[in-house]
Amino acid sequence: MRAKLLGLAAGLLTTVAAPAFANDSVTEGIKNSGQLVTQLLNYAGTRYSELGDITKDNVGDLQVAWTFSTGVLRGHEGAPLVIGDVMYVHTPFPNNVYALDLKNDGKILWRYHPQQNSDVIGVMCCDTVNRGLAYGDGMIFLSQADTTLVALDEKTGEVKWSVVNGDPAKGETSTATPLIVKDKVLIGISGGEYGVRGHMTAYNIADGKMAWRAYSTGPDAEMLVDPEKTMVLGKPIGKDSSLNSWEGDQWQIGGGTTWGWTTYDPELNLIYYGTGNPSTWNPSQRPGDNKWSMTIMARDVDTGMAKWFYQKTPHDEWDYDGVNENILVDKEIDGTMRKLLVNFDRNGFAYTMDRESGELLVAEKYDPAVNWATEVDMNKDSETYGRPLVVAEYSTAQNGEDVNSTGICPAALGTKDQQPAAYSPKTGLFYVPTNHVCMDYEPFRVSYAAGQPYVGATLSMFPAPESHGGMGNFIAWDAVKGEIKWSLPEQFSVWSGALATSGDVVFYGTLEGYLKAVDSETGKELYKFKTPSGIIGNIFTYKSGDKQYVGVLSGVGGWAGIGLAAGLTNATEGLGAVGGYAALSDYTALGGQLTVFALPN
Amino acid sequence: MKAGMPLLAFATFFANAAFAEEPNVEAVTNDGVRWFNSDDTPTYKIEADGTVDWPTFSGYRRYQAECHVCHGPEGEGSTYAPALKASALRMDYYDFIGVVASGRKNVGAADNQVMPAFGTNPNVMCYLDDIYTYLRARGTDVVPRGRPAKKEAKSDAYAEAEKACMGG
Repeated sequence: MRAKLLGLAAGLLTTVAAPAFANDSVTEGIKNSGQLVTQLLNYAGTRYSELGDITKDNVGDLQVAWTFSTGVLRGHEGAPLVIGDVMYVHTPFPNNVYALDLKNDGKILWRYHPQQNSDVIGVMCCDTVNRGLAYGDGMIFLSQADTTLVALDEKTGEVKWSVVNGDPAKGETSTATPLIVKDKVLIGISGGEYGVRGHMTAYNIADGKMAWRAYSTGPDAEMLVDPEKTMVLGKPIGKDSSLNSWEGDQWQIGGGTTWGWTTYDPELNLIYYGTGNPSTWNPSQRPGDNKWSMTIMARDVDTGMAKWFYQKTPHDEWDYDGVNENILVDKEIDGTMRKLLVNFDRNGFAYTMDRESGELLVAEKYDPAVNWATEVDMNKDSETYGRPLVVAEYSTAQNGEDVNSTGICPAALGTKDQQPAAYSPKTGLFYVPTNHVCMDYEPFRVSYAAGQPYVGATLSMFPAPESHGGMGNFIAWDAVKGEIKWSLPEQFSVWSGALATSGDVVFYGTLEGYLKAVDSETGKELYKFKTPSGIIGNIFTYKSGDKQYVGVLSGVGGWAGIGLAAGLTNATEGLGAVGGYAALSDYTALGGQLTVFALPN
Repeated sequence: MKAGMPLLAFATFFANAAFAEEPNVEAVTNDGVRWFNSDDTPTYKIEADGTVDWPTFSGYRRYQAECHVCHGPEGEGSTYAPALKASALRMDYYDFIGVVASGRKNVGAADNQVMPAFGTNPNVMCYLDDIYTYLRARGTDVVPRGRPAKKEAKSDAYAEAEKACMGG
């Protein structure tokens, strides 16, 4: 009897303790700033590193320390991981993974080459990118293009388990990185341009079994929404909030995919992510607010239950795909410390919210070119509270089908796309890679066919008029005031994730292929080096043998590789071959290379 | 060196020959919906003032919606898919239709190019002749990049054919 009881107690302890262990492996990895266990560097998504040996005073001396070719010539997004003395490098489709021995000149310890049906390439809307690996519990997690989520043994590359998250035959694909929280692996889905119904799914880290799935649209039960307890701008969400915002059963092919980044607050036990555009791009074919596309979602990580939602662009008319990362910072507002969430949306507004309650605190344009809405209504008593006040001239819904709405800023690329921003607690500023591109947009009628593009609009893009002629800016942003501190003009969109460090340096990459280092206070350029191909990856830093390294994956592509490779034009101005209008292909070619920098010995 | 020269000359000759062959783009007949060349394959008709026939304008719209996410704006190509303004001139009309309907794969050590099959997609197939003539107009440079400034009105016959194809 005694023995039996003891056994029971031990069993209970194990079940309770296991999740905490999984959590610890990531938390410990984040604490050790010499390592990289998650793509945004930490759960808060600040992309800030405590490593400070490379400073604003010596960064000008950086040299290339070593390089590695990935063997794949497609767009390279994301960044490698570093655990112990091993670097884990991922590639675009076919999604190979290499484990490199940092103690032995990057010798390949193991490689993983998944077998995927190449048909999936044809249904990936915007290149075969992948935003990188995640680490937890001795495993490396990869979400393959064909939606297979695999757990690899960190020592051997052996597949511990794998699970299929979607069906490429329906246009469901994967480009996102998983997030490891407690005993779960969280992963989203891509395919908004194929009418895919978006969802966030949690799998058990131990065996890959599905723990919960929360759809972006549809019945409350399938969205894991409580009509009474889930809040929207301080009010209960109410019954059938999504179903009531679509015509008929359009929500079933209504998009709201979840291909962006996810962040996590351990104290509140909430995860944060965004949902994408509603399908199609023709707004007249889907009357209503199209909930909950274009929405910031806060959910309990254990159950998936929604705590609060905020829809940034109700009834999207411009493809302002709302998936960008939500960065979690604590800052003082009007004398009180607040737990904040800062989101740089595709639509050109930067939102500062209370991440516990979902209260909207600040919504300001982070590119002065933004013109589709005058402002976000901040009056709590107003009927349109929290909604953008749309300018009729730029409303593709009001102008209607078969009408070309011109001069809309930003373009469908958004003022910022997937490229993650950084935040430095030392300066209190956000560093944001942006696009400075406008568009003409003409919606028209389309028919849905499973696994086929479901777009429904023609658009042409061009550099923001009456500006510096370039297609990008790298800005420093004050999220409390809602103001740009400084802005560095770039010839092309800045499609690379930023990195801030305690050495008072901020790094970013450019589409021509430059890795650039600037002063975190002033934005002054301190160093640049042209890597072999355009950069759409995220700059990363790690420590090996007491030395700080900075690195980046080069390999132009992604959506940036579509329009920009050919050069953007303004239909109304014809082919003006000046400045920013020049084609990216004059500067760079396809590539797939890792370049790692260090200070000389 | 001696052997190399003729080879090079041969290659140059071949390239020139391919370019020298004028694409058959002259509009000869019209069935009420669109123009055709002397081979009875669809073609564009651009008026002296730049006015584009409706199907070719429609091709611009549909191309920019369905094709440009891989093949780049206005048929210019991207970092991972070829410039279709060139392909549409090089390829036979029937081959072009076949590739769009059935897809094409070029997957190997250095290439990962997959063109999906659009055969079941009404948004592509109902407008494929339009897209074809638009791309040929781009290839021969009679239509510049960007949105065609002037276009012919949609004819009743075109509207009827479109409705029938898109299923009402």
